[in-house]
Amino acid sequence: MNKTINVTVNGAKHTLDVEPRLLLVHMIREVLSMTGTHIGCDTSSCGACTILLDGKSIKSCTVLAVQADGKSITTIEGLAPEGGPLHPLQEGFKENHGLHCGFCTPGMIMRCVELLEHNNNPTEEEIRWGISGNLCRCTGYNNIVKAVQWAGAKMRGEETPSTEPEFV
Amino acid sequence: MIQCKTSKAIGGMGHSLKRKEDARFIQGKGNYVDDVKLPGMLYMDIVRSPYAYAKIKKINIEEAMKVPGVVAVVTGRDLEKYNLHWMPTLMSDTQMVLPTDTVMYQSQEVAAVIATTKYAARDGREAVIVEYEPMKPVIDPFKSLDPSAPVLRSDKEGKTDNHIWNWKAGDKEKTDTLFETADVVVKEQMHIPRIHVASIETCGCVADYSKVNNHLTMYMTTQAPHAIRTVIALVAGHVGLTEEKVRVIAPDIGGGFGGKVPVYPGYVIAIAVSFLVGKPVKWIEDRSENLQADSFARDYHITAEMAGTKDGKILGTRFKILADHGYTDASANPSKFPTGMFSIATGSYDYGTTYMECDAVYTNKPPGGVAYRCSFRVTEAVHAIERITDRFAFEVGKDPADLRMQNFIKKEDFPWKSPTGWIYDSGDYHAGLQKAMDALNYDELRREQAEKRAKGELMGIGISTFTEIVGAGPSKDFDILGIKMFDSAEIRVHPTGKAIARFGTKSQGQGHETTYAQIIAEELGIPAENIAIEEGDTDTAPYGLGTYASRSTPTAGAAAAIAARKLRDKARKIAAYLLEVSEDDLEWEPGKFFVKGAPEKAKTIQEIVFAAYTNHPQGMEAGFEATHYYDPPNLTFPSGAYICVVDIDRETCEIKVRRFVAIDDCGNIINPMIVQGQVHGGLTQGIAPAMYEELIYDESGNILNGTFMDYLVPTAVESPSWETGHTVTPSPHHPIGAKGVGESPTVGAPPAIANAIVDALTPFGITHLDIPITPFKIFKALQEKGVFAS
Repeated sequence: MNKTINVTVNGAKHTLDVEPRLLLVHMIREVLSMTGTHIGCDTSSCGACTILLDGKSIKSCTVLAVQADGKSITTIEGLAPEGGPLHPLQEGFKENHGLHCGFCTPGMIMRCVELLEHNNNPTEEEIRWGISGNLCRCTGYNNIVKAVQWAGAKMRGEETPSTEPEFV
Repeated sequence: MIQCKTSKAIGGMGHSLKRKEDARFIQGKGNYVDDVKLPGMLYMDIVRSPYAYAKIKKINIEEAMKVPGVVAVVTGRDLEKYNLHWMPTLMSDTQMVLPTDTVMYQSQEVAAVIATTKYAARDGREAVIVEYEPMKPVIDPFKSLDPSAPVLRSDKEGKTDNHIWNWKAGDKEKTDTLFETADVVVKEQMHIPRIHVASIETCGCVADYSKVNNHLTMYMTTQAPHAIRTVIALVAGHVGLTEEKVRVIAPDIGGGFGGKVPVYPGYVIAIAVSFLVGKPVKWIEDRSENLQADSFARDYHITAEMAGTKDGKILGTRFKILADHGYTDASANPSKFPTGMFSIATGSYDYGTTYMECDAVYTNKPPGGVAYRCSFRVTEAVHAIERITDRFAFEVGKDPADLRMQNFIKKEDFPWKSPTGWIYDSGDYHAGLQKAMDALNYDELRREQAEKRAKGELMGIGISTFTEIVGAGPSKDFDILGIKMFDSAEIRVHPTGKAIARFGTKSQGQGHETTYAQIIAEELGIPAENIAIEEGDTDTAPYGLGTYASRSTPTAGAAAAIAARKLRDKARKIAAYLLEVSEDDLEWEPGKFFVKGAPEKAKTIQEIVFAAYTNHPQGMEAGFEATHYYDPPNLTFPSGAYICVVDIDRETCEIKVRRFVAIDDCGNIINPMIVQGQVHGGLTQGIAPAMYEELIYDESGNILNGTFMDYLVPTAVESPSWETGHTVTPSPHHPIGAKGVGESPTVGAPPAIANAIVDALTPFGITHLDIPITPFKIFKALQEKGVFAS
């Protein structure tokens, strides 16, 4: 028995007829055809599917679409207007080489949006623990940490740190 | 400081250009295989075996076919009608696509369900009923050769045991004699654990066969699209899919690391189904399927020995390997190298005697042996030599850094011929290790360690000074399924001076769209931002063997430089014509030719290219494009010096990596930011097997950690803050002096970490621990030594 839900996704209102078992990530990817949110596991471990649900970062593979009824969703596509200007975190990831293959990147960025909203000047340790629910297999995390610090500085209105590699 | 020959505006080699590909990835506009959605597309899910070894008595698909949305259920018997139930592996072994009677490992594909939606396919999968008759599996590779073990590959005529092949290198007699007479001989038995690449994107495809056009477009997570096209044509040519009717597209790939080189059964089933029903079929495996069934890496059991003098001179090595390949040899090695490049195991040291031998066996585990971020078994080789070198240093009472300095091949001795016949192209091992030691004040650390030891605290310092062998490879020795391992580049410069270049390789995150553009910018002076790079479409790109084994820069990168030089030669001719001087009167600086002694008389590359289309010299071919297929004269030999410092809690045995310094030498550097990023990432993939990751099977062949809940991919918390640096020893034979870097850190890091942990435990007489080294493993080792009560 399908259920009708009302969700706001990146500012646009949708009324959808969904199976009760439909995962939120599949609603986003398959029903709404927004493929920026990725799937990297089946155990809620990797965080590639992280989005904001009413402003809180959640793993959208662990939430049913029906649980999003009446709520507001932000995905990577909704973080900045198409064609820019970019969100400071998007810019920070690019400037600091915080991504390689790009597959974990949308989830990682969406997680960091909430992280910086709580604390726009986190220490390295706070960032590392803060993103410990998101796996990246490519970068070794050093530059993700740098990207988040860079974005934090930008959001605080301070001068951003150098993005030259410390490759001596 | 890296000296750049081009301005930042041109962005040639040595500039830390920001990546061109990032714009789409940071805005959710990447295009990965699971993002491909075609009209009328069907979804495929796969029924998998719960048993490691069993007869299939019956597959009942009745209930599954009743599930709304299910279109078909395909079994091995269905594929058998088209002779598609078996396929060759890249090592000329054979692998089931779907079984007709026997399953050989847990999670093996048993049947495929095709449906109109993803969910219906999964429902259908749950409704397929398979009756099995379980048999006692062979799990322990050491028991696979027992006469009492069942012959697993009874499908092979005349097969009477589970032995696959035997490989040897070096001089047995000379080595045995040395080991009988040497003053000092050390020996350790070590296991390089079975692990998984675990790229965050799993494998998958969309097979789109058009009955009208008799044409297959295959969107696929593959690191080697051209090779795959040829394999498809070889396997399915008999049903009409000849090579011109097959187009393979590798869109954005979410990490490959060697795991996306093989052909998995799921791809073949999707093609077969699309061929039969004439509709696109999508298959995307989930993470558990990926970990449980896709090719594993490593799983070498190595007995490593070193012989030398009492004062620390290394005289020889001996390695005996048992390789567990699972039920088929599905490695992805060059054909002539069943153990890949293991024979680099003689290491960075100057000695002339070695013998190594490997026996490969079948067991009831998933097939594989892929080169996970490693140029074909180099990780196993480096672990063996670097661990046994430390063991030898301990035995003769020398500091492991001093002992390495004493034994390194000297800078002036390159090119250097190794005891197994490789010609190391260049290196400066002393400089690398010295730089790493200086970076963390090595002598001071040793003093601190001595003080801590006196207080009973556990601190360890571990070194790894490795030599890699990458860039396969010269066509006289290197092929995969007969296809020589060259690679290619094609550059087209448009009339307005902007370009597109296409390659036979395929980036999975390495940043080719940026670095290849930089190579061409360096050679032609066209700004890198004006050079588009395209890979991964076999209809447009020139043929190449793909991206793995750190081969993109050594092969396709070289092809780019040479193709660009062909264009520069043409540009010189056009410039001479335009300036009405002889070619010999012209000089080149990045971006323009000018007349010697009259620099104001010049033509920019953009003016020259425009003339190639609008005003080319009569008799000269119009246009401005070039292609090159590069067959490397030798492999390249990147090296590195890594030092790891650990503190181990005496009570909990928790291991803390305090510092890790990695000094890499990958020759000339194209983009320092990207090189450093590659090193960071590889180091985290190095700490993974050193401390966290191993695929574990029980004696029934059940995988005990086949999900991300319990297969411990390091998070940002486990991953240390890496410290990186470099030395530059250009490759003398490579057109731009580069060597490749992607794999050095994965290869070099595990022994540095293992050596550091063992170093912390040497006061208790512990000389070796197998990776992954966990707190529990340390606890047990200390307990055995009487430190903890049992």
